[in-house]
Amino acid sequence: MSGKRIAFVVALAALAILPFWMPGTYYINITSQILFYAVFALAIDVLIGYGGLVSLGHAGVFGITCYTVAVTLGAGYGHVVAILFGIAVTLAGMAVYAVVALRATGVGFLMITLALGQILWGLAYRWISVTNGDNGISLASRPAPFGLSLGSATAFYYATLVVFLFSLFMATVFVHSPFGASLRGTRDQPARMNALGFNVFMVRFCACLFSGLLTAFAATLFVYYNQFISPQALALTASAEVVLMVISGGAGTLLGPIVGAALVVIMKNVASAYIVRWNFLLGAIFVAIVVFVPEGLVPGSVRLWRWATRRRSTPVANKAGAA
Amino acid sequence: MNQTLILAVNSITLGGLLFLLSSGFSLIFGLMRIPNLTHGSLFMLGAYVGATLAGASPFFHISIPFWLAALAAAVAVAAFGGVVERFLLRKLAGAQLAQVLVTLGIAFMIADFCLMVWTGDPITVHTPERLTGVARFGALVFPIYRLVIIIIACIVAAVLWILLERTRLGAMIRAAVDDPQMARVVGIRVSQLFTIVFCLGAALAGFAGFIGAPILSVYPGLDFDMLPLALVVVILGGTGSLLGSFVGSFLISFVYNYGQAYFPELAYFVLFLPMVIMMLLRPQGLFGRVAP
Repeated sequence: MSGKRIAFVVALAALAILPFWMPGTYYINITSQILFYAVFALAIDVLIGYGGLVSLGHAGVFGITCYTVAVTLGAGYGHVVAILFGIAVTLAGMAVYAVVALRATGVGFLMITLALGQILWGLAYRWISVTNGDNGISLASRPAPFGLSLGSATAFYYATLVVFLFSLFMATVFVHSPFGASLRGTRDQPARMNALGFNVFMVRFCACLFSGLLTAFAATLFVYYNQFISPQALALTASAEVVLMVISGGAGTLLGPIVGAALVVIMKNVASAYIVRWNFLLGAIFVAIVVFVPEGLVPGSVRLWRWATRRRSTPVANKAGAA
Repeated sequence: MNQTLILAVNSITLGGLLFLLSSGFSLIFGLMRIPNLTHGSLFMLGAYVGATLAGASPFFHISIPFWLAALAAAVAVAAFGGVVERFLLRKLAGAQLAQVLVTLGIAFMIADFCLMVWTGDPITVHTPERLTGVARFGALVFPIYRLVIIIIACIVAAVLWILLERTRLGAMIRAAVDDPQMARVVGIRVSQLFTIVFCLGAALAGFAGFIGAPILSVYPGLDFDMLPLALVVVILGGTGSLLGSFVGSFLISFVYNYGQAYFPELAYFVLFLPMVIMMLLRPQGLFGRVAP
């Protein structure tokens, strides 16, 4: 436990002074991207890892926040109103999304969320009078909380870091709470949970709302980071990218989605400098990870590490350790 | 002919194409419990392969007769589907989520591959010359080619129905859908059936992609335009039900076409309404059975 805590403190310190040791604005911006994608990945991990519900339409929910913020700002309201309204509309949208999708579980849930995500994408693409269609909406400025402008990369990075830490804290409390335990219960044994008197639908519904809240945080950062929103952000590829972050890092862990977000964002930025075919690579990585490290990189390396260390101490326990 | 009637003709045609697409999807889902997310991509792949063979692509200098190209597209896509099933999905048997994600990964790869080979410019496929005229039924003016598509869809529906309900192979498939373990015990090679059904579904998708090409044309993004339609059809009609796909396809194509004409900005939203209503009232779909 203490080892973990030391690692956390070191990571936190490194993140806190990051703008001072990173070689340039470009890298600070990439770290900001990693952090808000990590928040998005945590939002989906709550559903995939702890609820057993794979949502393939989350980019649509993400888009609800982005467009609400952009449209509210465009109508002349301030940043505070826009952000609060964005979160409120996202939660309302997520409630509808959840009520429809939670009529099914497992693969049915996945199919419905995929269809819902595509519908939200279609709405962003076609509802030109509100969303400006394919041309998207630009945001004039970033907010300035307490008079501190977030215009520079460093300032925005710190704002992102604060939201990220807050979201990570919320997610940690959430998964370790009795409610988190009941969510895991509905994942593993829905019938028994039902028999124990839990309202399985309600537990899942609340988990969806929590996921929607984190998604709204991530989306607010995203839309202010880019100061632009277009239907591209709602595409199925975007949903799949985030699911890939969760699956590659390790669903059902808190560290996994963060590692996965870092991996995908870095790969995307590095790869796009050399090759044009990012989607092909994304698909290939998806296939490779699912086939070779189905539990994700974080639990996968933990397993390998345990296996390696156990092998040294007690050779007899080899097989049990590997299995 | 007024707009309402034109829309009706278009809806019926799209319904036929959707049926070809979604019946395979539904069969695969019913038998293997995999929502094959490559299905839209197989549709697009069939369209590209067929268009190339028929001489519509500017990058290749091949030209074979239209219907031969359609057949070749179906066979090529079926072979591809068979490879995916045998070498990837089979390895993940039982891990449903992994299978879904693998099909999604492959869908991205196909999309990017097609973009690389055929570039981003849409390809127009011409209607075969002998089928360019129109047929009149009272007030309805039906382009013959569209009529042909509908007839093909109806023939495929009938053949599939006979195959599933009246042949030995169909009986084995139904047995494997109901209880794969028990089917294995009585000597049915369920894994072989999986491959056959997967190839059949892929062939239908590829075939539909090409014969739909003169109407929809072939362009990048066709895959993820069609996949949600197939999903909505199957959710609406009930998974694994042939009748459900048939009725669902026409319902959805009517809703889609009329929605697009009368509420162009909210077309996708209109599409989503029947699905929502169905999920709330009857989660198993119109003709779906409650999962055991």
